[in-house]
Amino acid sequence: MDQATTDPKLMDSSSQRLDIAKLLGQFAPLVFLVVLIIIFAVATEGRFLNPLNLFNVLRQVSVTGMIAIGMTFVILTGGIDLSVGSLLALAGMAAAIAFKGTNQNTLSLEASDAVGLGVAGAVIIACLVGAFGGFLQGMVITRMGIPAFIVTLGGLTIWRGLTLILSNGGPISGFTADYRYLGQGLIPLPFLTEITQSRVPIGIPIPVILFLIFAVLAHVALRYTKYGRHVYAVGGNPEAARLSGLNVKNITLSVYIIVGFFAGLGGLVSSARFNSSEAVAGIGSELDVIAAVVIGGTSLFGGEGNVLGTVIGALLIGVLVNGLVMLNVSSYLQQIIIGLIIILAVAFDRFVKSRRRS
Amino acid sequence: MTQPLLKMTAITKHFPGVLAVDHVNLEVLPGEIHGLLGENGAGKSTLLKILSGAHHPDSGSIELNGQPITLENPHQAQRQGIVTIYQEFNLVPQLTIAENVFIGREPGRGVLLNWRTMADQTRAVIEPLGIHIDPLTRVRDLSVAEQQMVEIARALSMQSRIIIMDEPTSALSEHEVVRLIEIMQNLKAKGLSIIFVTHRLDEVMRSCDRVTVLRDGRNAGEADVKNITVPDIIRMMVGRTVDDLYAGKHALPTANPVALRVSKLRRKVNIQDPHAIVLHDISFEVRQGEILGIAGLVGAGRTEIARAIFGADPLESGEVYIGSELVNIKTPQDAIRQGIGLVPEDRKQQALFLALAVRENTTIAALNRVLNRLGFVNARSEADLMDQYQRTLNIRMTSGEVRVRNLSGGNQQKVVIARWMALQPKVLIVDEPTRGIDVAAKAEVHSLLHQMAAQGIAVIMISSELPEILGMSDRIITICEGRLTGEVLRADATQEKLMELMTRRESAAV
Repeated sequence: MDQATTDPKLMDSSSQRLDIAKLLGQFAPLVFLVVLIIIFAVATEGRFLNPLNLFNVLRQVSVTGMIAIGMTFVILTGGIDLSVGSLLALAGMAAAIAFKGTNQNTLSLEASDAVGLGVAGAVIIACLVGAFGGFLQGMVITRMGIPAFIVTLGGLTIWRGLTLILSNGGPISGFTADYRYLGQGLIPLPFLTEITQSRVPIGIPIPVILFLIFAVLAHVALRYTKYGRHVYAVGGNPEAARLSGLNVKNITLSVYIIVGFFAGLGGLVSSARFNSSEAVAGIGSELDVIAAVVIGGTSLFGGEGNVLGTVIGALLIGVLVNGLVMLNVSSYLQQIIIGLIIILAVAFDRFVKSRRRS
Repeated sequence: MTQPLLKMTAITKHFPGVLAVDHVNLEVLPGEIHGLLGENGAGKSTLLKILSGAHHPDSGSIELNGQPITLENPHQAQRQGIVTIYQEFNLVPQLTIAENVFIGREPGRGVLLNWRTMADQTRAVIEPLGIHIDPLTRVRDLSVAEQQMVEIARALSMQSRIIIMDEPTSALSEHEVVRLIEIMQNLKAKGLSIIFVTHRLDEVMRSCDRVTVLRDGRNAGEADVKNITVPDIIRMMVGRTVDDLYAGKHALPTANPVALRVSKLRRKVNIQDPHAIVLHDISFEVRQGEILGIAGLVGAGRTEIARAIFGADPLESGEVYIGSELVNIKTPQDAIRQGIGLVPEDRKQQALFLALAVRENTTIAALNRVLNRLGFVNARSEADLMDQYQRTLNIRMTSGEVRVRNLSGGNQQKVVIARWMALQPKVLIVDEPTRGIDVAAKAEVHSLLHQMAAQGIAVIMISSELPEILGMSDRIITICEGRLTGEVLRADATQEKLMELMTRRESAAV
């Protein structure tokens, strides 16, 4: 007979202990987030918790968050993508040109000016450009065996250069309301507007809805599909994955396409939100994206982590920036604090996980 | 009799659950080449690690020139003049020969290296060894044999008195072996003593003055080489009967249809990877329900055959038939589609996802069996599959959600076997299936392999342990240096016979 099952008492107590530790381990970033929110709520005398402000935070983190979802797939396989900020700009620019049918910076807001492909066309172009950029990088990584760090570092400057060429260096601004809706629109929640007696309508911003829908889809894909299991396996031990009959190259390729897709979508949403596709959009945003994933508990070595953590990681960065601004902390000091919090959050996560193991 | 240079007396060392060496004695005379022999697991490595300061004995004494010494760490052993050259060299491939020879003892003034001195001194040590290469060549650009000479040069530059060589010839060609033995003789003439560990008994006869044979962690014999023959040594090494650990044998399945046939598997010397093992026209077949043992020394090409059949390494030529059908296997995926499974030799590196749960490790290759109509993993079917194999294989764990890294080696191995059983293969190749697992788990794995064979699965078993090969296999093929050197039925197989076939090198076989 099996030793473990002959002694149910032993099994119960050990699995219970495991569960509590596991829960805490799983939600270490969440604990951290809640603590931060409480601190800011107290420090701002409740202003931080105003629904208008909270939705504002959510809107601000949506683009970073979306790309971080894709980056979670990449990092789970043990890879990295440094090019997402540039790919975002390229896709945003491509979408603007497709929408307007020109790369001239006409500031007109009139729908009649749009001789391009329309909003649907812009969305498709942005996502395709992003996914195709990811595909090219993924092919170089998997077929030529060049490290992802190098390939996407190259991509970082290549996509940026391409964006500048496409736009002649300047922004392309001025879109119709239906285009802007993707970044600025919201689904109104009249009761909240009433309760808070807000002068502007309160509602769930469209980027937030996109972010959450994709977060749920990604979570399901990673958790409940064969594909998701394979992503973890490739990141956990590529050689074992190969010898278990997984197509490691194609799985690896797919995650770069996914992150590219999200960078493209992010490019479109930022373009819509700011009513302008900027050639300098997203500079440095790869670091925010990677920070969100890592704060969320995903291991840079691959094989461990999840999308839930990434969502929390993205929120944590957003809350931090917003709270510090509300507290009038100087922007110089802000950067130092954010850096410290990133390190602290990951240290806390490590600490909880090591306790869980022992 | 001259006073021994080195005298190890009644050395005993326990590891958790294992008595690795038990009151072992070893005497090495000044200026001799001393063979240290024994099967895998006989205690050679433990003894050498004690001598190099890497392990500490539980009891026993070590004397050097009649003076008792303690070896707390490798550095201390080196200062006593005892230097070990491991099978896996301790060289830094990116550095030059000179830097490697003088690593940690670089000549120079302050922080500045004196390259000229270092190069000259290195040349003075390597030239007598027959290396006429610029000392500023990077080690990664050298052949295995040359790298070995660099190791020897380093040992010499440390003024060592005893050089321990752990299977130095396993990666060398015949020609290089001759050269190495010459150098060993030269060193001996200069008064150095060498402890030589090898599985190749012809080399022992050619080079050693005396031998000490270990078996199951104890002394099994000591002799002057001039007084003995190869069969004498084999008898000392083997010296025991295969016990009835391997009960549960079934009838020889000679009438069953052939499950897998391979023909002329060949892998040439690869310029990209000059140290890779080559295969020369390997052909054999295995029947349904048969356990075919593949015996050979480490590095003979056993694992390479398995990986080639499984599509894990590219082959140059050769054909694989499943039943009577010629199949084209380029990747492990192709092999799995054809019903071939592989339990690789290194569990942790090649089979397990240590960060994932036991459940995920078990079902990873067979997820298609637990998908629902929408293509999602059905948690209930997956748990059922896990339960089924947990029971069949008696995997001891608190639940399927435990990370696989928390299981014992034996249970981990069962998880890997379960992964393949879940795919219901026609042919299962197991490479060192019981390496590093305890005796009880070993017996369980053996009985599982028998069960699978009884179900009609063709099992190919690679093992370095001859008793395991003899106890488990219906038929045994032997490999030496990438060549098939023999085929023996269980009834005719003895350790002596296998050992002889496993060491039958091409030059010796002619």
